[in-house]
Amino acid sequence: MSIRHHLTDQLVMAYAAGELPEAFNLVVATHVSLCDECRARLASFEAVGGAMLESEDVAAMSDDSLAACMDRISGLSQATARRPLKRAGIFPAPLADYIGGGVSKVKWRNLGMGVKQAILPTGKDASARLLYIPGGQAVPDHGHRGLELTLVLQGAFRDETDRFGPGDIEIADEAMQHTPVAEEGEVCICLAATDAPLKFNAIIPRLAQPFLRI
Amino acid sequence: MMFDARQAEKTDAPSSAQQYAALEQRVSVRKEGSAVQADQVETDWAALVLLVRDHQDKAAFAALFRHFAPRVKAFLMKSGADATTAEECAQDVMATLWQKAHLFDPARASVATWVFTIARNRRIDALRKARRPEPEELPWGPEPEPDQAEVMEAQQDTERLGTALAQLPEKQRALIERAFYGDLSHSEIAAETGLPLGTIKSRIRLALERLRQQMS
Repeated sequence: MSIRHHLTDQLVMAYAAGELPEAFNLVVATHVSLCDECRARLASFEAVGGAMLESEDVAAMSDDSLAACMDRISGLSQATARRPLKRAGIFPAPLADYIGGGVSKVKWRNLGMGVKQAILPTGKDASARLLYIPGGQAVPDHGHRGLELTLVLQGAFRDETDRFGPGDIEIADEAMQHTPVAEEGEVCICLAATDAPLKFNAIIPRLAQPFLRI
Repeated sequence: MMFDARQAEKTDAPSSAQQYAALEQRVSVRKEGSAVQADQVETDWAALVLLVRDHQDKAAFAALFRHFAPRVKAFLMKSGADATTAEECAQDVMATLWQKAHLFDPARASVATWVFTIARNRRIDALRKARRPEPEELPWGPEPEPDQAEVMEAQQDTERLGTALAQLPEKQRALIERAFYGDLSHSEIAAETGLPLGTIKSRIRLALERLRQQMS
């Protein structure tokens, strides 16, 4: 997979610091699963956290804390250790974990013109959704009232700026005006997240619009 | 305030304390040219984690606990936890270190970095009550005999970054600290840290390339 569009340093650092909303965490974790370049960058930002911890002031633990911790450890059963997550087809492990499997497990909702979406259960401060866009169709606009991340998992889309293929991530903010269209051929499947509020009640009247704005 | 190691040892069996002293001699390296003083002995934390991993070594764990638990507690308190919660969570973090010692790869990250990631995840879990999706694990678990030069480099990254952090202008260091303590929203985080992260990135990148070659 030759990835040309990567995460910004700002997103990688925010993920390393643990400061992203869940929906963005999901997109970052999914991209990093596909992209060694961003995985290495993430490791370097995590090393900053390590250096901070090492040079950290200390807060005294209570006298019996080590003994209490040893008790805790002997109470841990090996069975509680989580099995490593598995990739499911085009879905890297962190995404497959949300879906409970691969593409066939997604509960799509039709938006018309063959376009479908599935909203994923995440915390309320940002939302994540999967998009299914047949070749030649416009990608539904999923935000643009905040920060918007769109990660391609299958197929490709193009907009005024560039082409985005599998593993590529497009990062757009409110200032960006673009009209992404899925390339002819394979259905384009994307994972998208935005911190703009979802406007469910606006979906139906807007469905008739040419670009399927939501 | 420094965590008082002797105080903690009172709760251990005496034999365990002696064992620890012997162990510290075994696994520690003295900084070149430094006097033989306890506080100038640089402990090889990675070796201690491997003792926990391979031998469930309680004395090695106690040494790790004395060093890292008070730091994790301070980190969590600066992130907004009260002392009781921070203490509880620091114990959880150290228990996770024990439980996941088999996942620690000394050629990839220092113990401090690894403990930081555990503490960060515990903070998200406990203080934010949020879920944190993690990247797919790579099939490159710790090797039985990791390359010693790589291990050394990974462990030294933390020290090098610590020095670089200390040399940053106060304002810039404060911004990085605030980001890691959860004081800034993601849109307020400045990506330009002024820290030498390129070498760490390149090292990991090379290791990933090697792994991909082995896999194909």
